[in-house]
Amino acid sequence: MNRHLAAAALLAALSNPAYAGPPDPADPLASVMWDVLRPELFGTAPVQFDDRVTVTAPDNAENAAAVPVMADATALGTVEEMVLFADLNPFPVILRFQPLAAKPVIATRFKVQQATPLRAAARTPDGVWHIGGKLLDAAGGGCTAPPATYAAADWADHVGEVQGRAWAPSGEDKATRVRFLVRHPMDTGLVAGIPAYFIEALTLRDADGRALARLQTAEPLSENPVFTLEVQPAAGARSLTLDGRDNQGGEVKAAIPLPWVQGALP
Amino acid sequence: MRFILCLFLLLSAAPGWAAGPLTYNLKPVAIAPDTWVFEGTREHFTRSNGGNILNPGFIVTDDGVIVIQTGPSRRFGEEMRAAIATVTDKPIRKVFVSNLHPDYWLGNRAFADVPIAALPGTIEGIKAEGLGMTENMYRLVGDWMRGTEPLVPTETVYGSTVVFGAHRLRLIPLEGHTAADLAILDETTGVLFAGGVVFSDRTPTTPHADIGQWLAALDALDALDVTVLVPNHGRIRTDKAAIAQTRDWLSWLDRTLRERAEAGADMAELLDAPIPERFAGMGVLREEYRRSVSHLWPRIETAVLPRVN
Repeated sequence: MNRHLAAAALLAALSNPAYAGPPDPADPLASVMWDVLRPELFGTAPVQFDDRVTVTAPDNAENAAAVPVMADATALGTVEEMVLFADLNPFPVILRFQPLAAKPVIATRFKVQQATPLRAAARTPDGVWHIGGKLLDAAGGGCTAPPATYAAADWADHVGEVQGRAWAPSGEDKATRVRFLVRHPMDTGLVAGIPAYFIEALTLRDADGRALARLQTAEPLSENPVFTLEVQPAAGARSLTLDGRDNQGGEVKAAIPLPWVQGALP
Repeated sequence: MRFILCLFLLLSAAPGWAAGPLTYNLKPVAIAPDTWVFEGTREHFTRSNGGNILNPGFIVTDDGVIVIQTGPSRRFGEEMRAAIATVTDKPIRKVFVSNLHPDYWLGNRAFADVPIAALPGTIEGIKAEGLGMTENMYRLVGDWMRGTEPLVPTETVYGSTVVFGAHRLRLIPLEGHTAADLAILDETTGVLFAGGVVFSDRTPTTPHADIGQWLAALDALDALDVTVLVPNHGRIRTDKAAIAQTRDWLSWLDRTLRERAEAGADMAELLDAPIPERFAGMGVLREEYRRSVSHLWPRIETAVLPRVN
């Protein structure tokens, strides 16, 4: 028993050599991966478990290849970066999100390999990561099943196609909701004979090129990933642009109209 | 220490163990002349109900016993067969399986010596998905499944009328709940075994659903002369209220998801959306609603997002 404890302490020390701050609060989800993920994702930055970061997802994954999740950190005020991750997935990080001119809220769907804690972390300007989450039960296997995309002979002709739409601002914060779907197999590389092939970066911009939201996307995102964001474009912007690329150099480019904006020109 | 841990794991893994051997305690309920049903719970699959959520039945004819659905596990099929033997000493003549969902046919092993009939689409579905569904049932209900393996139905049936003894059975092929749903109307007694198409005070399940086709199937059943309606899940009724309830739910569900998608909602925001009070009496309401969001939302969403490149 003592030998095990000593080994665990040694392991923790080896995996987290630089961290020397005050002891972390106990992980409310009691994850076996927390001690490994903590230094990997947050380095030596302070962390706190915080109910103001909400994670909305089902208790059970009905479809392990497409679990809906919404992470909302608006209760924190200004947020510089968010990380969405599932501790026990083979690739824990689902995405990173910088809400540059956007609310710190994001929704998408992802693949789950087994029952796991599902979390969102949000970094406030003081450098503290605020972490919320919940447990997700799952039959699993979502990361090692081949995507349905390949059932269609012409799938390659459609990679990078974007379907998207924006909704006129409502509510006090005047945020514009935008939803978009990118056709992509999002291969994890874990299916035998199918190399990793996934979108790595997506940026949503104003018509003048100013970045509103920057996404660093990863293997666990569902095939043909869908995103919901709430952005604050410049007042006169009549469209948003989406650009990005996958890990094999494929480009994503699209313009999502804001049809309710009246321009000076016809 | 290790011993105590092992003991604890054993105890927590086998809740039925302390209470003696697992049994479904099946009791046939007479619902019409020659006709019995085993009423299931109005729950989801759990380790306490062992997957007993279906209403399988049987008809005793001079030509032998006709069995409709075989239940969620080998154990269930065996107990069903033993319970049938308490009612009649006639041999089993034939089994009908209404669709590919696991609780309809995983008891097939107990009826391996007689023909097991299903629609072509059901047989294809069981061949393609049967093993995966069986594995998931082991995960959901555990030890109740011991010894259960898929057995694909052995006989293909189509829309027709077949006669066993004095009973004329109309086999009605439908679709919508799954790609192939078999309803069976006993024209002699007026009993309708509605298959998975009708739910009664139990929230409909939609993993293979096409709502438009399903509504058309409900219209087809509504036009029949029925004395007793056996929904495959939920209360047995002598009227058609269960058809109206299933139609009401599916229509509300489809309309609500479309309206919310059109308004810009995300799938995650639908999970806790309000459900009208009139559905509050249906079993497994929130859980099945969430499952339905997972099944139906992606296609509805795709339809409201126009192509932008």
